[in-house]
Amino acid sequence: MANEEMEQLVRTEYKQGFVTDIESDTLAPGLDEGVVRYISAKKKEPQWLLDWRLEAFALWKKMHDPQAWANIEYPKIDYQAISYYSAPGAKDKDAPKSLDEVDPKLLETFEKLGIPLHERAALAGVRGVAVDAVFDSVSVGTTFKKELAEAGVIFSSISEAVQEHPELVRKYLGTVVSQTDNYYAALNSAVFTDGSFVFVPKGVTCPMELSTYFRINAANTGQFERTLIICEEGAQVSYLEGCTAPMRDENQLHAAVVELVALDDAYIKYSTVQNWYPGDEEGLGGIYNFVTKRGDCRGDRSKITWTQVETGSAITWKYPSCILRGKDSVGEFYSVAVTNNYQQADTGTKMIHIGEGSRSTIISKGISAGKSNQSYRGLVKILPSAKNARNFTQCDSLLLGDKCGAHTFPYQEIGNSTAQVEHEATTSKIGEDQLFYCMQRGISEEDSVNMIVNGFCKDVFQELPMEFAVEAEALLNVTLEGAVG
Amino acid sequence: MKQYAEAFTAFNRDAENGWLKSQRIAAFARFEYLGFPTSSVEEWKYTDTKALAKREFKLATGYNQSAAAELFASKGLTLDAYRLVFVDGLLSPELSNLEGLQEAVVIEPLSQALATELELTCGMMGRLAGIDVDVFTALNFAFVNEGAVVRIGNNQTLNKPLLITYLSMANDAAVMSHPRIIVAAGANSELQLIEHFIGEEEAQNLTNRVVEGIMERNAKIHHTLLQQPSDKEWWIGRIQIDQKRDSRYTSHQMNLGGKLVRDDLVCDLNGEGAECDFSGLLFGRNRQHMDIHTLVNHNAPLTNSYETYKTILNDRSQGVFNSKVIVKKDSQKIHAVQNNANLLLSDQAQINAKPELEIYADDVKCAHGATTGQLDLDALFYLMARGIGEEEARGLLTLAFANEVIDKLELPEIYNLVETTVAGQLPHKIELELTQ
Repeated sequence: MANEEMEQLVRTEYKQGFVTDIESDTLAPGLDEGVVRYISAKKKEPQWLLDWRLEAFALWKKMHDPQAWANIEYPKIDYQAISYYSAPGAKDKDAPKSLDEVDPKLLETFEKLGIPLHERAALAGVRGVAVDAVFDSVSVGTTFKKELAEAGVIFSSISEAVQEHPELVRKYLGTVVSQTDNYYAALNSAVFTDGSFVFVPKGVTCPMELSTYFRINAANTGQFERTLIICEEGAQVSYLEGCTAPMRDENQLHAAVVELVALDDAYIKYSTVQNWYPGDEEGLGGIYNFVTKRGDCRGDRSKITWTQVETGSAITWKYPSCILRGKDSVGEFYSVAVTNNYQQADTGTKMIHIGEGSRSTIISKGISAGKSNQSYRGLVKILPSAKNARNFTQCDSLLLGDKCGAHTFPYQEIGNSTAQVEHEATTSKIGEDQLFYCMQRGISEEDSVNMIVNGFCKDVFQELPMEFAVEAEALLNVTLEGAVG
Repeated sequence: MKQYAEAFTAFNRDAENGWLKSQRIAAFARFEYLGFPTSSVEEWKYTDTKALAKREFKLATGYNQSAAAELFASKGLTLDAYRLVFVDGLLSPELSNLEGLQEAVVIEPLSQALATELELTCGMMGRLAGIDVDVFTALNFAFVNEGAVVRIGNNQTLNKPLLITYLSMANDAAVMSHPRIIVAAGANSELQLIEHFIGEEEAQNLTNRVVEGIMERNAKIHHTLLQQPSDKEWWIGRIQIDQKRDSRYTSHQMNLGGKLVRDDLVCDLNGEGAECDFSGLLFGRNRQHMDIHTLVNHNAPLTNSYETYKTILNDRSQGVFNSKVIVKKDSQKIHAVQNNANLLLSDQAQINAKPELEIYADDVKCAHGATTGQLDLDALFYLMARGIGEEEARGLLTLAFANEVIDKLELPEIYNLVETTVAGQLPHKIELELTQ
């Protein structure tokens, strides 16, 4: 493909890059104890939570930016230049009580992003999806709450959960990702503003897919959300998460924490389609996505599945992990990460096997294009207690173009002779014979590449819930458009 | 640290050559600056040097000739080869034999080369394994005095293998040795280098050896490392190879002994068509800690690298396998394969494996695989169904696991030595019929 043609194609628009012009209540940039108190007061939080935040903040101040070990590069973040709270709506107005009161502009924004916030009757044969929409620092609304409540499922923003179910939040918050877990988790613990809370009681299978949609809108803000999902004995839930942000020249920080708790026989499926603004083709702007996600398979035979499609963000630093504590517990990680232009991604997973007979599967597919760099960093740790533990890891990288990089850093720490651990990884470009085969059947070069790339990712896409799988495939095509020539 | 400083001052005080003296001072300063690595240094994440740092080692001043001769006779390799023997880091002229060396080939002890051909020797020394490479390499440079210089002229094939044997003796006070081997292989040359580390049962010395290999166009080096000193020995090794166009470096690292073993192998593939092929075995028992690190830099297009490593760990031993392949930008048409299989024979044994790839070019075919597991139960059943006892069947399967790398040893003397050593160290003893 000619160079100009290629360049034109690379300039594919980031469709979600618009800004919603809406009045907002934004805290001035800066970070000190006062900010932590302000956020807590704004959310009318109980004293214990404020104490917890302050404790985290004190610990964070003592920690260091973990720049050294990850295979990513970025200028030092000025934490004083970020605003830690921004909510749509005028300062003195109360938060909307129901979806009907929500500013139509907001609803329009989510509509534009393809996330309907009205409880439209589900299409025949398709189950509805309950959505919690988070706009900058606050949740603007949660749909299908009534239907879910009937089934016994609690699905709300975490701020609401703190008010309505403080005992549950207090019991589980910070038990999977502690305040001191890492630099960004500590920061998040101090200043988290919103996120989703899911509680599925014993024996209940959540009747519909739950999803949260994160949107950064305001400039100079960071988004610090915290999600907590708990599945009691025998409960099941499938949760999806999506995210976008406007195109801006400066970098914005997104430091989230996600904690999953699965008790005996519970199953949590957590899927992410991450499409934060990746920056322009010169590497200007974009979101820093520094996220801590961890699931705790506390119960016997519990299971946690992470599925992620990572196409956005200027920098991704993310390792959704599983602590396989329960006997015969299962952890799964399916990931497709795509980087283009100057994007950087250091992503992977950790599987910590503690329980007897625990099993884990890791399938990671990385695609690098343009001048991007991508690393898979994974840990499989098998403790002496994890008799007959089993792990299978496969991480494949596909390189599109000669200026990008793909790296693999798999750690295996095995302390049990009955463990069986397999790891395999390959790195290559699209085979010319594959391309030739498709093209000589009359398929254009671009379509052929898309087809091959989609095939490369199939193992992961088929793990995604139906609605997301379609979106993910489309997203992949857009992200890579023009990257091949 | 203090003991090293004292030993260093005494050692370097009388150095005759000013240049060498200052180089050593720089190296020692580097060592002091870096200090013994802690687990927060990624390269040393799984290997704790605290116990080593606490030990005291002196430089050997002499050795018992008859004890050395006895050790060499009982454990040394009997092989038709040019021989260099070092005892606790000191050259043993009576056990060495370099007679009949062909023309255009130079093999001499490093001490001699430093005395007679200082400029030439210093020009080669530290070019690949300089003081910035690693703290132990810096330490080696600070104490550099003995070792070997091997220069093979263009179009020469060394007519016999070169066997370098390192003897570690049980002394009243533990000693340290820092041998450095410098190999310069000319264009179209070929050489077989065998390094053999042995020691007395009670020897608990520190061996810190460095090999630097410069390979010109189409040179070939077959390098075999047999590392089997006593289980109390501290053993640190580094090999750095610079490969020019079409050269080929083959290495076999057999790590069978030592208390704490750290084995580093680095190949820079700097010319098109260069190729390296590593294979190795790590067999840990008791409380041994064995760490093997490899790094291949594909600095030029059309270069290949192959690695096969096997680890067997029993009792409370710990193994570390870390291999890294880096493909530089514009190094197209690369083929790199890393294979690593680990077998744990005990629940107290631990393996930490990390096969890494860092790739900055797109027209590459890189793959790595790492597996850890136990013996195949089906295979065990198959053997037992044919009347072989469980113990013996386990032994046979373990040996078969190791054989994939042992089989690559071409000289029957070495092959037999390694196979019998491995068989002898198995928890389930088996009878072996040696191939002659």
